[in-house]
Amino acid sequence: MSEKKPASVTDKIWSVLSSVTLAVVLIAILAVTSIVGTVIEQSTDYDKNIKVISTFVGSGAAPAAYKALNALGFMDMYRSWWFMSLLILFSVNLVVCSIERLPRIWKIVTDPMIPLKDNVLRNLGIRHEITVASKPEDARSVVESVLKAGGMSPQAATSSEDGSVQVFGQKGGWARFGVYVVHGSILVIFIGAIVGAIWGFKGGLNLPEGTDSDAAYQYGSGQEIPLGFTVRCNWYETEFYGNSDMPKLFKSELTVLENGREVMKKWIRVNDPLTYKGVTFYQSSYGPIPTPQNGLFVFKVKSGSGGEQMVWAKMNQPFKIPGTDMEATVVNFSPALTTDRNTGQLYTYTSSMNNPAVEVRFTRGGQEVLRTGWIWKRWPDTGKLQGGAALEFDHYWGAQYTGLQVRKDPGVWLVYLGCILMSIALYVAFFISHRKVWVKIAGDGRKTRILIGASAHKNKHAFEKDVEKMVSGITAGLEGGV
Amino acid sequence: MDSSALFNISTFAYIIAMIAYIAYLAFKQKGIGLAATGITAAGFIAQTAAIFARWSESYAQWMKFSPESSVLLGISRSAPLRNLYESLVFFIWSMILLYLIIEYVYKNRSMGAFVTPIAGLALAFIEMAGIGKEIQPLVPALQSNWLIAHVLISFFGYGAFAISYATSNMHLILASSDRKAQSYIFWAFAFSLFIWVLIVATAGTISGPPPEGMDGRSAGRGMSFWLPLAGLYPVLFFVVWRFGLSMKKLLSSFDLSTDILDEITYKGIAVGFPLLTLGIITGAIWADSAWGTYWSWDPKETWSLITWFAYALYLHSRLMRGWRGVKTAILSLIGFISVVFTYLGVNLLLSGLHSYGGG
Repeated sequence: MSEKKPASVTDKIWSVLSSVTLAVVLIAILAVTSIVGTVIEQSTDYDKNIKVISTFVGSGAAPAAYKALNALGFMDMYRSWWFMSLLILFSVNLVVCSIERLPRIWKIVTDPMIPLKDNVLRNLGIRHEITVASKPEDARSVVESVLKAGGMSPQAATSSEDGSVQVFGQKGGWARFGVYVVHGSILVIFIGAIVGAIWGFKGGLNLPEGTDSDAAYQYGSGQEIPLGFTVRCNWYETEFYGNSDMPKLFKSELTVLENGREVMKKWIRVNDPLTYKGVTFYQSSYGPIPTPQNGLFVFKVKSGSGGEQMVWAKMNQPFKIPGTDMEATVVNFSPALTTDRNTGQLYTYTSSMNNPAVEVRFTRGGQEVLRTGWIWKRWPDTGKLQGGAALEFDHYWGAQYTGLQVRKDPGVWLVYLGCILMSIALYVAFFISHRKVWVKIAGDGRKTRILIGASAHKNKHAFEKDVEKMVSGITAGLEGGV
Repeated sequence: MDSSALFNISTFAYIIAMIAYIAYLAFKQKGIGLAATGITAAGFIAQTAAIFARWSESYAQWMKFSPESSVLLGISRSAPLRNLYESLVFFIWSMILLYLIIEYVYKNRSMGAFVTPIAGLALAFIEMAGIGKEIQPLVPALQSNWLIAHVLISFFGYGAFAISYATSNMHLILASSDRKAQSYIFWAFAFSLFIWVLIVATAGTISGPPPEGMDGRSAGRGMSFWLPLAGLYPVLFFVVWRFGLSMKKLLSSFDLSTDILDEITYKGIAVGFPLLTLGIITGAIWADSAWGTYWSWDPKETWSLITWFAYALYLHSRLMRGWRGVKTAILSLIGFISVVFTYLGVNLLLSGLHSYGGG
């Protein structure tokens, strides 16, 4: 918004880039195009968006509309060349606007205050006039102390024309920079995002229990990303609220290994990831392994006297139940076993391990079959044995994988820094204002006339009240002093 | 008294207060105005008590399922800010609080007739859409200390924007000379759109969540859902446009200048905008700690950014270009339409990560 007439093409471009109009237009375009990307699902499959588009243009025109939108990059629009260009233009606009305006603001903030002419003083937004019986010198010292109490460091100048004195002060000038810090913080966030995009990665890793990996896999391309260390999943478990199928917790125990040595171990859960050497592992999904090769059934064996012991067993391989003369063999497994209400038949209602149960055959002496029955994890009572002992089913280890989101983002601290800057600067920009006060003190022998003028670059009403307080402070100070 | 009894008292009080404020607007009786304020304050106290009662009830539930939790963790995980119902209640609460402050500062009750109906509409939406009120255990994604900060800040911001919406509404009515004025037509457009969105949201909730695709993500809604609703809009618009102007007569009898309305609109946005920013930032930090991505262009995130853009436009046109009056009031209205869509539209109509607020 330079006021000179643009002389050359460069000047013209500069004046466009520094205009608020461009900022307003860009913000409006960004807002409107962003809407499209919330209606059309991003980076998804053809069928889904064809359905969405049919809603607007009908199923006949949908394929053509899809093709057109796809060519314009709308299926992954926030990464498209034109959206990126808009963001770059927006950043350039921010920078140029600031370059254009900052020197002027700098001057306003740093230029020393000067006494005002009467006609200017009388035209300020906030004005007061009082007449007191005190001497001008007394008035001056009271005014100075009132300004000081208001957080300003008062200066004074004597007029060569009529010998009157002007006392003036200001505060909060630096708040004028607040809005530029807000703009700068947007750039800091952008830089953080770019740093993350260039030197970081985002991928996934599905780790079956008991296995490890020294790489993660890029989303979409599936490209391998070496981690530089090994991560192992020791255990994955979903906890549920009571006996419901409502998940309470998704948790995995991960171990980080370097050169075969364990260097870190942690239970991660949603909202509580593990970070090692800048790489963070987030609990993002889980799932069953349809035919686990190395699955082991984990039982808690409780003896009648209260002792407890863990036993790990393979499918179809008999094991001795400690503390008894019996053996047990797992003959069947269901990840979610329930009884049909009408027929009373047992059936598996989901492949996810919501309500796991094992069918166990109890034998004695390896030959004599005592009974065969289901033991549920959810109902430990189903594992009760004679004499107060129990074979409680705890876990089918190796039958699930944990889905990890793996991320390295060296730019995230810049993003956070930008966010903190923006929060503070927004507060400053909206709620702190540059306030100036001038007080002219003129004596005419018996009385002293005090003329007060003040201005604030925003939130004038709040400052008006402050000035009123100053005025009553001056009045009170002088009346007390006389 | 349990929380639902207290909630019923506050709902009842707000509905009565709405009628009283409108009656005050029509008859200008000081007694009615005083009663309206008193009933609103009583409703607010009952609602505050209800929120704390619900908090203590969900604390008991949390401790039942997770007896190993510390008291502090239990308090944090049971804050009643977890689903659509609780967020609507908190939105109403913060809007009424801000309104009572403004009424006290500006000594003008006529705004109540525009603010309490927003509360009334939100309460009607809860009832008509049959939004689940039962206290549900907290899903794993929400078990974060960022939940309270994020929701508290966001909804206080929404409350501030709602106040600005009410005053810019009044502004446009006062500034319009007749039904053909552009500002009036826009007001009718925005006001009927606001009601329409609530009806759509209600229909969306009644007809259940959008059908799901194979991967469990929503597949969106079809024509049979949209067509009748699209047909409803012109009817709504006509009704609002035809009868809205009668409010001008009522409003102009109050000591209320468009300057004051402009100022309150600005103040609401000056409070709401930093809060919206903080809401987006806390949401980003939370997403980063839960999913490892601070920004994923999820519909909720994108719409909150669109809202941010809308109010940034308001601020730049007002502070840099010196726009005042009808033009900025229109921008404030656009901003609030975006708020309503960010809040309700995204959850009920679009798909994405932020789905807990939908049920």
